[in-house]
Amino acid sequence: MTEIKLKQVRKSFGDVEIIHGIDLTVESGEFCVFVGPSGCGKSTLLRIIAGLDNVTSGAIEIDGETVNNVSASARGLAMVFQSYALYPHMNVYKNMAFGLENSKMPKPEIDRRVREAADMLKITDYLHRKPKALSGGQRQRVAIGRAIVREPKAFLLDEPLSNLDAELRVTMRKELAALHANIGDTMIYVTHDQTEAMTLADKIVVLQDGLIEQVGPPLDLYNNPQNVFVAGFIGSPRMNLIEATAGQNAEGWSLNDTNLSVSIPGVDGLTDGARCTLGIRPEHVSISTDGAGHTTARVAFAEQLGGETYLYCDVEGLPQITVHQPGQLPVVKGETLALNFELENMHLFDANDQVIVNKVKG
Amino acid sequence: MAETSPQTRSLATLITTRRGGDRLHWSDVFTYTYLFFGVLLMFGPVVWLVLSSFKTPAGLIEFPPTFLPLGQIEVKVEGYDKPLPLFEVDMEDGTTKQLAQVRRIGIVSQMVDPKNPGEKIKVPINQRTKVREFRMALENYTDPLERFNFVQFLQNSVIVTVVATLVTLLINSMAAYGLSIYEFRGRNAIMLFVICTLMIPITVILVPVYLVVTQMGMINSLWAVILPGAATPTGVFLLRQYMLTIPKDLIEAARMDNASEWTIYAKIVLPLAMPAIAVLAIFSIMWRWNEFLWPLIVLNRSEVYTLQVGLNAFQGELDVQWHYILAMTVITLIPVVVVFTFLQKFITTGIASSGMK
Repeated sequence: MTEIKLKQVRKSFGDVEIIHGIDLTVESGEFCVFVGPSGCGKSTLLRIIAGLDNVTSGAIEIDGETVNNVSASARGLAMVFQSYALYPHMNVYKNMAFGLENSKMPKPEIDRRVREAADMLKITDYLHRKPKALSGGQRQRVAIGRAIVREPKAFLLDEPLSNLDAELRVTMRKELAALHANIGDTMIYVTHDQTEAMTLADKIVVLQDGLIEQVGPPLDLYNNPQNVFVAGFIGSPRMNLIEATAGQNAEGWSLNDTNLSVSIPGVDGLTDGARCTLGIRPEHVSISTDGAGHTTARVAFAEQLGGETYLYCDVEGLPQITVHQPGQLPVVKGETLALNFELENMHLFDANDQVIVNKVKG
Repeated sequence: MAETSPQTRSLATLITTRRGGDRLHWSDVFTYTYLFFGVLLMFGPVVWLVLSSFKTPAGLIEFPPTFLPLGQIEVKVEGYDKPLPLFEVDMEDGTTKQLAQVRRIGIVSQMVDPKNPGEKIKVPINQRTKVREFRMALENYTDPLERFNFVQFLQNSVIVTVVATLVTLLINSMAAYGLSIYEFRGRNAIMLFVICTLMIPITVILVPVYLVVTQMGMINSLWAVILPGAATPTGVFLLRQYMLTIPKDLIEAARMDNASEWTIYAKIVLPLAMPAIAVLAIFSIMWRWNEFLWPLIVLNRSEVYTLQVGLNAFQGELDVQWHYILAMTVITLIPVVVVFTFLQKFITTGIASSGMK
């Protein structure tokens, strides 16, 4: 059980600062996912925690102990690399035993741990194969097994599923979740895939340009994004983000733009004539049956998946609006639809992209 | 193009492969001619050397030279103590007969028929030709080994080659590890500096190195040959370039796995750099085995001679013992050929992935 704490961590490569002061606590036993677009510094942050990179300033604490000057090997963490980094000249058993041999553990104990981990990961049959004779999924298991046998304070996983095909990724994702439930250790997981983040995490850390955008449980981030970036990043397909101008009139407030007019109840923080961004998730856009709606759109193309339907609609002067509806809709390409946005689930962001309100009504 | 299934390809199909179908394309003719000359150019001298090494001194200076080592057949004839050389003679009546020569007087040779030893026949020397058979002069090999202490030379050469190669591999791989795995300011400058030393010819540093070796009291010991050349810039470069291709993740994984730097070097980097190390081993063995100038300078007593220096002893100012030189040259070739045969599969992989030529 390990708590990892970052305090004002900064990292520069030469003159370029990559991480701009990050404060974060990863609770003991937590599955924490760092997510963000490529180049946001999430891998660098993980390497800093691992001890493979030094911080420029700030402190890393593991169980209350500052480990800035402790080498990677002495931090007691285990890391799973994106490339798996299995030693190609050693068989699976040796790969898993290598770390234990280095810490001068007695042979029977090594053997016990390796076999136990192999059993857990169902790789017992491959123990004497070389990594090149394994499939991607098997290599992945070995890489995880190599981390497990060490019984580390915490696991660091750097995009461990990104080299697998889509189907295997889903399977391994479930297995990882099961593994975490099983061993209950602290895990820090880096990914650029928000689906992985949503499905695996106890806590998601959304990073952009070396800064934390938001930290929270998956659904909290989904329901209450604190800014436009998180709103757009979490959720698939992404949230519709439409810029509009707020206006006050006799009946109340409305958000207006070309071909758009949404009447909303009064909201704190909104000023007359201010530019703002309206955010609405595809599943919260409904098709008006009476022909009157917040906007009128033409279907650019429709994806009928059987169980659900995605519509991509063009509105002149606005970004494309995605509509997600359950079931099969009798909609064809080129059709004109009146769309309504559910005010209960509408998010509103100010001109600085920070949230004003996450539920415009209710 | 031909199908590429390496299992079903035999040497026979390989050397009869044609460009197109049954007909012989002009490029087939060109290619095979070119390749044939290539083979002749490469192997001709070696084959000639090996065959000549079995010839007697007389056979070597013979003109026109024979391809195979031949020796004249001698027969025992009744009434003569020594065996007599056998000749084929064109008789005056037009027949040919095999006669043994008793002695030669000017242009006339006195001969005897082995079947009828009583009668002597006089034959002009241009009417007889030697009767010869394939015979190998093995004494070319045995004599130097017995008389000239060649076993000692061989032993010295083996010691120098093996020890020097081991020291070279150790030192160079450690230097290469430092220059490839660690990232530090000036790393490339140091590498450049190492490479620059390649441009200094050995003849320039001959005297300074000799002085150093003398001061250290190593003259006439094998260490004088082993140590000065142990750290080769070529080796450092070759290994370093190869080690740069080892994924950084592996090194970091090992660091996370509690491995010390020594463990990473010995258990991760060395095994993975094996192809490059094999290439360097081959190079080092060839360099050391064939090294001549430096051993000649620092080794002055025959007990410490290496093979190459020992060979030089057969080459006097006035008399060159070609038959011994050729035979011992063949012996000096053997280890290099053996090493090459066993390690050659590493060469292509090693060179291909280290970017060396």
